[in-house]
This record gives sequence, C-alpha cells and structure tokens, in this order.
Amino acid sequence: MIEVSGLSKRYRLGSSKRDDTLVGAAKGLLTYPLRNYRELRQRKKFADKGEEDDTVLWALREVDFTVETGEVLGIIGHNGAGKSTLLKILSRITEPTEGRVVLRGRVSSLLEVGTGFHSDLSGRDNVFMNGTILGMSRREVRQKFDEIVAFSGVGSHIDTPVKFYSSGMKVRLAFAVAAHLDPEILIIDEVLAVGDLAFQEKCLAKMDNVSRSGRTVLFVSHNMGAVEGLCQRCLLMERGRKVFDGAVPEAIARYRDSTLSRASAVDLADRTDRYGDGAIRFQRVSFNGGRPVVVGEPLRVEVEFLCTEAIDSWQFTLRFCRNYREAVIMIDSKSQGVALSAQAGLNKLTIDLPSCTLMPNRYLVEMWANSSNATVDGLFDAASVTVQEGDPYGTGTMVYAPHNGLAIAPRGQWRIAKDAAPVSGT
Amino acid sequence: MGLGELKVGCGLNGLASYLALTILVTFTVKLSQMTEKNTTVIQATSGWQVIDTAALWRYRDLLYFLSLRGIKIKYAQSILGVGWAVANPLIQTLLFTLIFGNLAQLSSDGSPYILFSYTAMVSWSYFSGILTDSTNSLVNNRDMIGKVYFPRLILPMAPVLGKLVDFGVAFVVLIGLLFYYRMVPGWEIVMLPVLILIMVFTSLGVGAFLSALAVQYRDVQYAMTFMVRLLMYTAPVVYSVAIIPEYWQWAYALNPMVGVIEGMRAIFLNTREFPWQWVGTGAVVSVLLFLYGCFYFRRMERHFADVA
Repeated sequence: MIEVSGLSKRYRLGSSKRDDTLVGAAKGLLTYPLRNYRELRQRKKFADKGEEDDTVLWALREVDFTVETGEVLGIIGHNGAGKSTLLKILSRITEPTEGRVVLRGRVSSLLEVGTGFHSDLSGRDNVFMNGTILGMSRREVRQKFDEIVAFSGVGSHIDTPVKFYSSGMKVRLAFAVAAHLDPEILIIDEVLAVGDLAFQEKCLAKMDNVSRSGRTVLFVSHNMGAVEGLCQRCLLMERGRKVFDGAVPEAIARYRDSTLSRASAVDLADRTDRYGDGAIRFQRVSFNGGRPVVVGEPLRVEVEFLCTEAIDSWQFTLRFCRNYREAVIMIDSKSQGVALSAQAGLNKLTIDLPSCTLMPNRYLVEMWANSSNATVDGLFDAASVTVQEGDPYGTGTMVYAPHNGLAIAPRGQWRIAKDAAPVSGT
Repeated sequence: MGLGELKVGCGLNGLASYLALTILVTFTVKLSQMTEKNTTVIQATSGWQVIDTAALWRYRDLLYFLSLRGIKIKYAQSILGVGWAVANPLIQTLLFTLIFGNLAQLSSDGSPYILFSYTAMVSWSYFSGILTDSTNSLVNNRDMIGKVYFPRLILPMAPVLGKLVDFGVAFVVLIGLLFYYRMVPGWEIVMLPVLILIMVFTSLGVGAFLSALAVQYRDVQYAMTFMVRLLMYTAPVVYSVAIIPEYWQWAYALNPMVGVIEGMRAIFLNTREFPWQWVGTGAVVSVLLFLYGCFYFRRMERHFADVA
C-alpha cells in the first residue's frame, strides 16, 4: 500500500546570466569562481517561503493519492509534468521538500534497466552487480540465475564481456534481472520502451503476471497501449500537479487532448525538456507556413535553429508519430543522401516534400539534430500537425482515415490479365 | 513507522525530558518494527542524521560486488593485470631509492633504503588508493545515484575491499624482500591489523567527506591528484621521522599515517621500538576523522541525487 500526502519538491535551476560588454566580461572572468561557488552552493539552499525567484522550480506540488495493495496505478503526463520526480521520491533517490509518503511492503523500483552495468564485465558479473543494486541478495540472484539467463535469451554468451553484446542483448539481459525481482510494491518507469517487439511482448506478459499476483504496481509510461492494458486506475500529471485521478480511458483521453493542443504551439526556443548538448537548438518549426496540410498535396517543413558555432556536417531527422515514440513516417537527411551544414547564429532549413503521404489525422512531431558522434538537439512532442482530408490520387474520391491506416500507398499500376494477355487500364 | 527517521537534537529540552523522549521513541520504533516490518516512511529530513547501519548491513552484498567490480574493471584488458599492484609501488620505490637514498643520501634508520621506502610505499599506496577512489566514487557513479536507492555510503566504502587485494599482492612482495635481506618481523606484527584499520578509518573518513564535497564541487576531484602527491610528503614515506625535531613529533604524529608507517617499519625492519604513542594518537585521530566523515556524508546524502 502506498500513501502519498501533500508531496512537493522544489529544485533550483542553474541561472546563466552573461555579460555582453567587454568590461563586463572581463569583470565576470575575475569574479567567476566566486559566482560559481555561490551558484553551486545555492542549488540546495532556498530562501524562506514566499521569497521565490524564477530560478526556483516546483517539480511537484501538493500531490496526494493512495494506492491499495494489489492495485496497478498508471501515471501519465508530458515530459516535465513531474512524473520522474514523483518516482524518484517514491524510490528514495531524492527527498521531498514537503509532504510524506508511507510505503507498506518491500519496494523495488526500476527507473532504468541495467543500472550498474559495466561493459568490461561479463554478463554473469553484470547480472550479480545489477541484481544486488536492485536490492537482491547474492543468494537470491544465484537461485534465479538460470531463470534470468533463460529469460534473456543470451544463452552461452553469458560469460562474454557485455561490450561485445548487441544493444538488444544488453537490454534483454538487464530486463531479465529486473523481471526476477520479487517485491510487494513495484515502481516502474517506462522500461518497456526498450528492446524489440517480441521482447516487449514478453515483458508486458511478465508485468501482467506481476500485477495479477496481487502486487502493488506504479507504472509510468508514455505507451498508452501498455497503460490501458495493465492499469486499473490512472493519474494524469501536469506541471507538477495531479490533474486527474480515475478511470484509465478518461485519463488517456485527457492526456491526448492536452498533448495535441499543447504541441500545436511551434515556438521551441523556451522548451527545456530537450536532449543533446545544445550546439544546435531548434527555435521554431512550421508546416506549410501555417496553411493546412492536406493528404497528397505538397508539404513544406521549415525549421529555424540556432547554432553556437558553425557546423560542417550534421543530420536532421523528423518523425511524425501517432503516440509517443511510435513513428509513422520519418524524414531524414542522411538516408536521403543530403549533407547538411550550418553557420553560427540563426539558420533556416526548408524541406519540400512533393506529397504528404500521411493519412488525415493528428500527428506529433519529433525532431532530432545529430552531429557525427552525438545528439546536439532533440525534442519529443515538438509540434502537432493535423493532416486534412483530401484527394491524393486526383480521382475525385476522398480517402478516409479510420481503419485505413496512417500512411497512403503510392499510386499503383493496375492490370487485370486474362490468359496472360495484358489488358492495360490505369 | 518512523524507522531511522529520528531527528537528532531537535531542541533544547531538559535532559530528563530528552531521556524520556528517547526511551519513548525507541519503544515506538521497536513496536512498529514488530507490527509492520517493511514500512518505509519518506519525508524531508534536516540536520544531522544517524547512520543507518541496518541498511548498510542489508546491502552488504552490493558492497561485495562493487568491490569486485572495481577490481575486475581495473585489470580488465591489461597485460600485467594484478601485476600493476606490485609494479606501481615498486617502481616508485626504485625511483625514491635512486633519488632520495642514493643522490640525496637521506637517512633510512639503518635499514636498506629500498626496504625502508617500500615498506612505506605499500602502506601509502593502500591509503592513497582508498582515498582517491572514495573521493571519486560518488561522481563516477552519479548515474547510479540518480536511478536507484541504496545506502550511498556503500560507494566510498567499496575501495576499502578492492584495494585490499592490491595491498595483499604488494605485501607478498614485501615479504619476499624481507626474506632476501634475511629480516624477521618482531612480535609486534600482531599490531598489523590495527595499523591497517587506522589506514582504513582515516582514508574512508576523509574519502567520504571529500566525496560528498566533490558531488557539489567538482574542483575537489581535480585537486585530488596533486593533493595526494603533496600529502605523501607530509608522511614519512621517503624520509625518517628522525628529521622532525623531537619537540614537534607529537604534533607530527597527528597525521595517522605517521604512526602507521613508522609502526610498519618497526615491525618489519626493526628500525626502532614500536611507536605506541604515535600509533595511539593516530588511532584516535583516525576514528574521529572516520566519524566526522561518515556523519558529514549522511548530512549531505539527501542532496546527492539533486546536485550530482
């Protein structure tokens, strides 16, 4: 059983003020260690209540809920809604600023699979390492070792250093360890977003098993299918607060609504939930310059981005997704054989597609910029696009979205043959 | 409820009411332990905390595997492997013998200089090894800290066992050298475990303190390299305590490594009477450092995941 009452968590974000005059910069250089010291020191210090500036972020605000023994609770929300912070507090990784949690029962939390894995160690060593980090004893791991290896499908490679594993194998092994935990309360964060499809199915089946065996499960995910299938109740989080607590279908419907309306804002400069080292930062994205996007008609994507310095070669990838991380089509510079470079400052990238092959529907857009060796910027839910119904084949027949998939097929050459004599007919 | 959540020193009550409170709290803790064995309460804490030895004990297997991992990673993909545990102190000793023993003609209290400095180097390597690895342990494992709960004190503790292997190997070589020079250790060898404990307590205490500091200020990590080098010259590794004026030797012995190194030399090289006083001073200082380090660590622990 889990009781959460009045839970709040406050963070201080690092501030980065820069001087733009030479004298200011020189002065800044001298006082730089002192400023750094102050800033680092401040990260865990807060003024008394009331006195708050814009560097203070409430990642979680007065969250209350109770999970009964044997209940499976889903938690959904956007990036930055406070889900991860909530999980971190429940997993005792970080302390709340206010409020209280009571957990009755042995707790295991999985915020990631493969914590403590080291590539120089063998699969066997990593299983023991990872198992004990997750709170198992050496004996428990030893007892379950054969099962773990069998579940992972790693087989005879178990004594090979993990660095020679494929990434899929590594993930499978890591999940196999996690799947053999035996807690009364299980806290899981999105670990199912890994591995190939067959393995995901296997994991979901295992999860289902766990939840059926009367254990309390807290499950955070962006995979609505999994939430729908596993959970009995669902929390929706927004900006650190709990905004809905109840039936799963309603929570998902609310989540989708808020996702689509939020993501239609296309100014990206202020987004903080991004990935990458920041050498490139997407500022703005637009589709057909704001005019409707229609199935079968040309589609123009315009991306404005800021570079800290000139970049010789980078790769741009844009995905249209139905759900979080569930891409329908991808537009990618590298696979289309396009070499991209960029100047320092504001740049604009324009991509013209002859035809929009997406079925009428709403899509979330995911954008990535990669240099040769690293991600420089990345955004999930960067924007949303509604593709309008149209007449992609120019035949006067509109295509309809429901039950017809998410992408349209290219126009085919159609023939009917009788006695192998071709009769043409387009 | 409230396991390990006792707040230490919550106000200036009278001693009597404080005692009554303590008894009451202890009783309720016991009671709740009996009724709800696995209840965890999470809430904000502040100030000094008690060290949760029960949790440390529960996670002892993690300590074992972390130590093992440290050893395995260190010697993975190396040709000499664990031979480096000998090569490192030995090469340094040879250098010292050349520079300080032969060129600078430093006194070695009557024993061969190579033995004189190797005995010290073996201890110093163990001490500085733990110190360095403990200090870096939190920063190096910050991914882990952000993803899973375990008593954080395990991280700086892991090098103690890990480095013990290196120490053991280097120690075997020391015994070989003693054989070669036909030296027999005195009966004071029974004090060897105490000397090792002094090293462990000192390095762990300072390491825990510095690791907690390094999470927030990475400067600690960068300064560590030359700090350790500098520290070595504050201990009698290359020279003998004899060069310190007798009047100041008590102050010099506040450095626990003085008692350890001179103790080692007294045991194995019979350079002097076993320095009970220096070892005693060192032991007290090491325990104080250890306690302070651990409590400071506990105090800072709650911020690790947020600032790491």
